[in-house]
Amino acid sequence: MGRVRSVVLTVVAPGAALGLAFAVAWLILGLTGADPAATLSDALRYGIQPSTLIAVVNKAVPYYLAGIAAAIGFHLRLFNIGIDGQYRLAAFAAAVVGAAVALPAPLHVALIVLVAMVVGWAWAAIAGLLYVHRGVNVVISTIMLNAIATGIIAYLLSPLRLAQQAAGSNNVTTATIPDSGWVPGIPTAAGDLNGLVALATLVGLGYWIVLHRTTVGFEVRGMGLASRAATVAGIRAPRLALLTMAASGAIAGLVGLPQLLGTSHRFGLDFPAGLAFTGLSVAILGRNHPIGVAVAAFVWAFIERSAQVLDLAGVSKEVVTILQAVIVLSIVVAYELVRRIRARQERRYVANSVEGVRA
Amino acid sequence: MTAAVWRRPVSRWTWPAGLVTRIALGFIVLSLLSGAFDAPDLFSRGGVAATLRFSAPILLAGLGALWAERSGVINIGLEGMMIAGTWFGAWAGYQWGVGPALVAGIAAGVAFGLLHAVLSVTFGVDQAISGLSLNLLATGVTRFLSSVTFATVPGGSIATSPPVPDFPSLSVPGLSSVLDPLAGSGIPILADAVAVVLGLLTDVSILTIAVVGLVPITWWVLWRTRLGLRIRAVGESPEAADSLGVRPWRYRFLALGVSGGLAGLGGVYLVTVASSLYREGQTAGRGFIGLATVIFGNWNPLSVTLGSLVFGFTDALRTRQEATVGVLLVGLGLLGAVVAIRRGVTHDWRAALLFGIPASAMLAWFWFVRVVPSEFVSFAPHLTTLLVLAFARQRLRPPSALGEPFRRGDAG
Repeated sequence: MGRVRSVVLTVVAPGAALGLAFAVAWLILGLTGADPAATLSDALRYGIQPSTLIAVVNKAVPYYLAGIAAAIGFHLRLFNIGIDGQYRLAAFAAAVVGAAVALPAPLHVALIVLVAMVVGWAWAAIAGLLYVHRGVNVVISTIMLNAIATGIIAYLLSPLRLAQQAAGSNNVTTATIPDSGWVPGIPTAAGDLNGLVALATLVGLGYWIVLHRTTVGFEVRGMGLASRAATVAGIRAPRLALLTMAASGAIAGLVGLPQLLGTSHRFGLDFPAGLAFTGLSVAILGRNHPIGVAVAAFVWAFIERSAQVLDLAGVSKEVVTILQAVIVLSIVVAYELVRRIRARQERRYVANSVEGVRA
Repeated sequence: MTAAVWRRPVSRWTWPAGLVTRIALGFIVLSLLSGAFDAPDLFSRGGVAATLRFSAPILLAGLGALWAERSGVINIGLEGMMIAGTWFGAWAGYQWGVGPALVAGIAAGVAFGLLHAVLSVTFGVDQAISGLSLNLLATGVTRFLSSVTFATVPGGSIATSPPVPDFPSLSVPGLSSVLDPLAGSGIPILADAVAVVLGLLTDVSILTIAVVGLVPITWWVLWRTRLGLRIRAVGESPEAADSLGVRPWRYRFLALGVSGGLAGLGGVYLVTVASSLYREGQTAGRGFIGLATVIFGNWNPLSVTLGSLVFGFTDALRTRQEATVGVLLVGLGLLGAVVAIRRGVTHDWRAALLFGIPASAMLAWFWFVRVVPSEFVSFAPHLTTLLVLAFARQRLRPPSALGEPFRRGDAG
């Protein structure tokens, strides 16, 4: 009975948030003069076509990696908004190194992955060091580091330095990585699945194992749940914060790789930016759990992909950002309410047990 | 016999005399440098005016952060409130003029501020999460609204508004005619000093004057009125305040409303005075820089003002000539070298290296490369923020209940 109730409480919050987002979508569509029912069902029908679903999964892979990177930080209440700068700088460095060397296929890919992780790790470690040694708020330092990363990339991504003008377009890109550094897609009936799905799965698995089956993971969870108790037990908070921040950055370094290794094979001006907020939202939505984050990343990508239909209906697809914000806001409120209900139940349970002992 | 303990005389720079001396000293050095390296626009009238123009929005964000944080709530949503201010300010401004722009921008900021209060005070949601999602919401709402408004009118697009009118400007009468000859005289330090005075006192937007006026008003309300005392009490110890009948949520709502309004005003400033239209991404992290000024300024309005001037100055660099940025690099390098040597004299080797290495790097860069690439200048305010937070003395005292949600009778 208690267990059923607990499961219901867990599912009810995301459900309510999605429901509210749906209602807001309905409202906005109605206000802009489109037919809400028809448009939403069109979007849904488009979204569940097999070819769209493959595209959704491919879109969800970087979101998932960003989500895991954010989730790692969340355990210690570290808001790694720097995921954005970390993965762009990492992907840029990986693209430059990847294009400069020629190695046998598995080694070439491994080198690119390694470079990306190291760059992401190092860039995040700056924020970690500033936090641990100088007490600089991570939100502020990582936002500043994002701006700095943007400037550094803008400087280096120039035909005068590490890039070249793409033929026949305004795009400026790094040199293309040779074939040995490509990760082939996984063919399915409805289209190719990005090969980096495998990497994302590994990352999710690794995240769970480290968190639940290692000492460091135990320390991180302990620090997150009861920081004072953990400190008293001898866990060194600063060391752990630095480690967590850097680990988050290393995973963030992977976010650009599905694009780099799987599709574009070079870093250009058109490289996707701004995935930090996606990662944070997805981690919040998925409650830092590897499977929860996967579901959330899928939902996020699904909403964005099916919104393509909105343009046909004459509605700006910018509505999606509003919906996503509404989902995050309503879900955090819902989680908080659920937490309060749980806390009240626990108190009542404890009170009853104590009374039972007395009697 | 009393114990005669010899104490080293405390030679601390005292505020504000020491500060004024330092600023004057820095000014003289930079003025001489700009003369030596042929960078005339470092202290030009236009340069000073630009610094003022770029500082004001950061100052507004900083004051907004101050109000929120003094009541115990971190307002990471400032950026979003500022975005809302830019959009609604531009939307009202291009149609009906500056008055309605002011009202609409501030109202939008207040609305977002109150939403932050509902989430973080009423529902006790983590303040950082609430603030970050408000930023996302503001981005989404303004983008969507642009697509249904600005995109459909002539002169606008999905990312920009039609031109927005400016507030009128004022000058101290007669000052220009008296001082202009002096500014053009070319006398080494005097000419620069006169240019600074001219930049500060002539052709200043009335909105800038109002913004400057908000600093003493904020100080007076927060430190000299009953309301301010209560807001600060709620930020220090909501339990104690609550037990004396001061309802924390009421004052936190109020403080967040004011905070959002100030950020919204910052947005209006950006679209009217600092530029002449709404552009997507116009706030460029100024809300977050404002948050940083509060930490840098130790939760004190006067220091927040000083911090926003520093960040505004670096923000205005992108409007300057390349040579000017180079001169500043030399100035910073010299400053770092002086600090490093002073630390070295007291055998504080770690600090000496910490300041000495970047300082010599800056001087070396200037010596060999001369020019600072414009891509690097674009993140000057962000780098400055980071460096200031990293190197500023951390003798800070934030409000003690900062970041903690209050719930009556909640043990944990």
